[in-house]
Amino acid sequence: MSISIEQRRQHRLMTIEKSLAKRHRKENAFRRMGLMAVVTGMTLVAILFVSILMRGVPAFWQATFYMDVYFDPEVVQLEPKPERESGESQFAFNERYSQWLTRAGLVNWQTLIDNALEEALGEEVEPRQLRDLRALVTSGERYALRDRFVEDPALLGQTVELKMLASANVDVWIKGNIDRDLPDARQQLSAQTRTWADQLEEQGVISNAFSTSLFLNTDSRSSQASAGLAGAFMGSLFMMVVVIGLSVPLGVSSAIYLEEFAPKNRLTDLIEININNLAAVPSIVFGLLGASIFIGYLRLPLSAPLVGGLVLTLMTLPTIIIATRASLRSIPPSIRQAALGIGASRVQTVFHHVLPLALPGILTGSILGVAQALGETAPLLLIGMNAFVANVPGTPLEQSTALPVQIYLWQGNELRNFFEARTSAAIIVLLGLMLSLNALAIWLRKKFETRW
Amino acid sequence: MNIPAQPMATSSVSVGSGESRVSKAKDKVKMNAQDVKVFYGDAQAINGIDLDIYENEVLAFIGPSGCGKSTFLRCLNRMNDTIDICRVEGKITLDQNDIYAPDRDVVLLRAQVGIVFQKPNPFPKSIYENIAYGPRLHGLARRKAELDDIVESSLRRAGLWEEVKDRLDKPGTGLSGGQQQRLCIARTVAVSPDIILMDEPCSALDPIATAKVEQLIDELSESYTIVMVTHNMQQAARVADRTAFFHMGDLVEVDTTDQIFTNPQDQRTHDYITGRFG
Amino acid sequence: MSNLALIATLLVMMALAYHLGLTRSRAVAAEHDVRMHSRPGYYGVLVALWCGLPALAIFLLWSFLAPQLIDMLVTQQLPADLVAGLSDRELQTLLRRVTALANEQGVSGGGSPEELAAAGHMARLQTIENFSLVALMAVLVVVGLIFARRRISPNWRARNQVERVIMFALAASSAVAIFTTIGIVLSMLGEALRFFSFISPAEFFFGTVWNPRFSTAGASSQGDFGLLPLLWGTMMVSTIALLVAIPVGLMTAIYMAEYAPPWLRNVAKPVIEILAGIPTIVYGFFALIVVGPFLSSVGDLIGINIRTTSALTAGLVMGIMIIPFVSSLSDDIITQVPKSLRDGALGLGATKSETIRQVVLPAALPGIVGAFLLAASRAIGETMIVVLAAGNNPVLHANPFEAVSTITVTIVNQLTGDMDFASPQSLVAFALGLTLFVITLGLNVIALVVVRKYRQQYE
Repeated sequence: MSISIEQRRQHRLMTIEKSLAKRHRKENAFRRMGLMAVVTGMTLVAILFVSILMRGVPAFWQATFYMDVYFDPEVVQLEPKPERESGESQFAFNERYSQWLTRAGLVNWQTLIDNALEEALGEEVEPRQLRDLRALVTSGERYALRDRFVEDPALLGQTVELKMLASANVDVWIKGNIDRDLPDARQQLSAQTRTWADQLEEQGVISNAFSTSLFLNTDSRSSQASAGLAGAFMGSLFMMVVVIGLSVPLGVSSAIYLEEFAPKNRLTDLIEININNLAAVPSIVFGLLGASIFIGYLRLPLSAPLVGGLVLTLMTLPTIIIATRASLRSIPPSIRQAALGIGASRVQTVFHHVLPLALPGILTGSILGVAQALGETAPLLLIGMNAFVANVPGTPLEQSTALPVQIYLWQGNELRNFFEARTSAAIIVLLGLMLSLNALAIWLRKKFETRW
Repeated sequence: MNIPAQPMATSSVSVGSGESRVSKAKDKVKMNAQDVKVFYGDAQAINGIDLDIYENEVLAFIGPSGCGKSTFLRCLNRMNDTIDICRVEGKITLDQNDIYAPDRDVVLLRAQVGIVFQKPNPFPKSIYENIAYGPRLHGLARRKAELDDIVESSLRRAGLWEEVKDRLDKPGTGLSGGQQQRLCIARTVAVSPDIILMDEPCSALDPIATAKVEQLIDELSESYTIVMVTHNMQQAARVADRTAFFHMGDLVEVDTTDQIFTNPQDQRTHDYITGRFG
Repeated sequence: MSNLALIATLLVMMALAYHLGLTRSRAVAAEHDVRMHSRPGYYGVLVALWCGLPALAIFLLWSFLAPQLIDMLVTQQLPADLVAGLSDRELQTLLRRVTALANEQGVSGGGSPEELAAAGHMARLQTIENFSLVALMAVLVVVGLIFARRRISPNWRARNQVERVIMFALAASSAVAIFTTIGIVLSMLGEALRFFSFISPAEFFFGTVWNPRFSTAGASSQGDFGLLPLLWGTMMVSTIALLVAIPVGLMTAIYMAEYAPPWLRNVAKPVIEILAGIPTIVYGFFALIVVGPFLSSVGDLIGINIRTTSALTAGLVMGIMIIPFVSSLSDDIITQVPKSLRDGALGLGATKSETIRQVVLPAALPGIVGAFLLAASRAIGETMIVVLAAGNNPVLHANPFEAVSTITVTIVNQLTGDMDFASPQSLVAFALGLTLFVITLGLNVIALVVVRKYRQQYE
């Protein structure tokens, strides 16, 4: 032995010391890379949220007219609203009433708006300019006017200050979402309409006001300024009811069976792999399943929330099963042994002792699964839920869209300048719903986190 | 004080009784602890310990579980740094240098003070790679041949060479528990540290593997300072030159192993070694 | 009687049966002065089950079969000359009109005399059907109730029987997942086979041109249905996505698991989880209005022509979408590597990054590879982002700055709008779906097996 341990140690220490600076540099570089990854991820997310908020939030405020509308008896030539007379049968009255309603519908309500606009502009509009004038207020407002009158016929002959939404193009113009210097040919509005809009804005007739149209109205093609999410929201609600009603009980019971009762053999092994695989199958495949089986074979109606709900149920099921199983697995075996030890049957043990303890985890998993279903778009396109639907569905079998599908439809609308903002606003609504669901799940988990 | 390296695998030191070990001259202080306190969050685990560790001695820490002996051991090469809530106060020196000094490089410290854990933890790599990992990390071998040498001598030192020389490329996790632990010791030896810390190295092993590891400790003590935590009083009696008794975060008593087992000064030590508690 | 009322009545009867069973078991116990085998509640439940389940089963079977039977009977009754020239589809429409008439809903055109006659016939049949169903269910309810109530005795093992029913219900629900898979495979296989009766598999799988020609006016040429341009587009977008997601996601996971201070972990983990929940349509919209124009203007700056909707746009945004997925999967896997391994390396004097790169990552490798495969399968199956941002240009080319089309996009394009399952133009969606399913299935199964092996290693 020529080299003593001590010498070797000295030599070794020097060697290590020499390499240290480089190793620490590498260490710091690695750590910085990690931090950079986190920052990159967070930044991208921040950009996503900020860009959507910046586009979407202004859309909740829309260019709105505040005008005095005169319910001119010469335009509204309508006899008083029928009252039920004594001795008249309900049927006869209904008949009379609906005739009155029909006549009310035939009144040219647009003229009232035209007149109000003329009043506000302080000028007589020539008939050839009527088109330009009517481009100011969104077309849905004349029906709103009719409904208001039907509600309260005493308005006849009165002048009321009313709030009316400007048309989509005027909204874009007023908000400056279109280049004001574009030549006439490329402007959506005629030069006359643009002048009027600017004039009215200066007069304070048009102003930017918070609008509930996005929440209260259904989608509309003719009156795009007032197109809203009400129908899509109902459709999503129906689907979620179906999803919650089916996938939660099915998922939880199947997880209980697999985790607590099923024999451990190749069949259950296969089921396990199968469920894990289903959880990773692309959602669009579930759409194909729905199109082929529910629509093609069972002949269920197209565009129905019931079918959408069924498809989403099948898609959500594995998520809920996996979450429930994980939750059941985290209950220590001692709880089961204790219950079995005092003579409870296996079923009693599970339902009386294990399940209550696993409930928070099951709840969290189910909420996350439902939130995922709420945001799913692709499979719904394949079962016809991208149809244009102008009314709020009353049952799960009526035609309907869903919130994410409405977003898809709006982003494709050719009126880009207006719908970019409206789509972002719809996304804000959807994200708001989903984030509250997620937050609820996280809160639940935090609240009930491990009690043993 | 240069102690020449011993020829390996020839040593026939018996699994020693305390008596034969006391005779060795141990005078140079290798490590020193002054008023060391350790906290986990708000809870204090160690209440101010002073201790000298001499060069080339085998020092055993004994005491009931939860007494802080492992915690203190892990302070000696700052393994406690890896626990977020752990805080160490006081001063520990290695060759008169404070190991908790701000400019102290923990990498270098751990190269000087190696550690072997309770449960064998070979890396999921081949036996060869397990041993070569440390030297490669620190750039201790410039050529493959050098590295081969280190691997062979380390395995020999750990008495494992004959058992594994034909399957160096097989995974280290495939060895038996006792072999794994000796592999971990060889892995530590390959970096040739000054001090080897052992945290209950035999508690996961069967009696035969334990005997082998104990014999190994005995051999290693010729060239290394060894500090070991043990749960087993007989083990301390068999391998340690000196023994320290810990109780509830205090270092109650430290003395030659003989003294501790035959003539303890403190009532608590007496109660513990006579089996009143623990 | 409407179905809702029928079910409600059944539930009321079951509640009554529960009560009868409960009181009866108590009476029996008192009468014989013995302990019953089970608690009274179980006898109640069992009687209720005997009372309700058979009737319910008949109800379900009936609602499934009866309309078909009635349709058949009505069709037989229709004048032969009316039915003769009708295709299947037209017959269905006719039946639907008749059904509407029978249920006293109006139909367009008011209905011909033949239709009205058939509707009358159908209405009669429906009355008979409804009446016999109610009668049958009533009999089953009463018989079940009496039978079960009579059997109540101290030795009757009510709890065991109730539990057997529960077990059966549980097992049946776990079969749903199996049936879903079978349903997916069968439906897609069936429709895909019909597609292959128009287009040969070789033409589909190896064709390099995609041009399905929607002109269905009986044109002689069917159009070209080559899968390769779509597969290529899918791979291109997915590769870009993984190139973004894997480094960022993995490094995020490493930083979170090994370096991040607890407060950062507590903030970042829920944020990442929430990100994973953002609907893909939102990412798609983001790609379309922000990322696409941004990339395009960057391209202008450096003199490359980048389309607003391109493989790059879609891939980049898809990568962003997958980051949280990769990072949370990898995080799980990295934290499963036992601390003792880290301690081993640190104890030898390795720095933290050396420990991670040389010990933790190799130990976690199988699990991480599994996570990557799952991410890949997710990227391949992702739909909305590519529908919005990839540009739908099914042409074989290698330029990521150009528009592409993918399998998923094409499925959406071919199957939205007209829901006619007879032409190759829509049937091809199922062949594409099957291809997609097989690819992702392969990736998933490998990934799941790998991850599972890995888990067992450290359990």
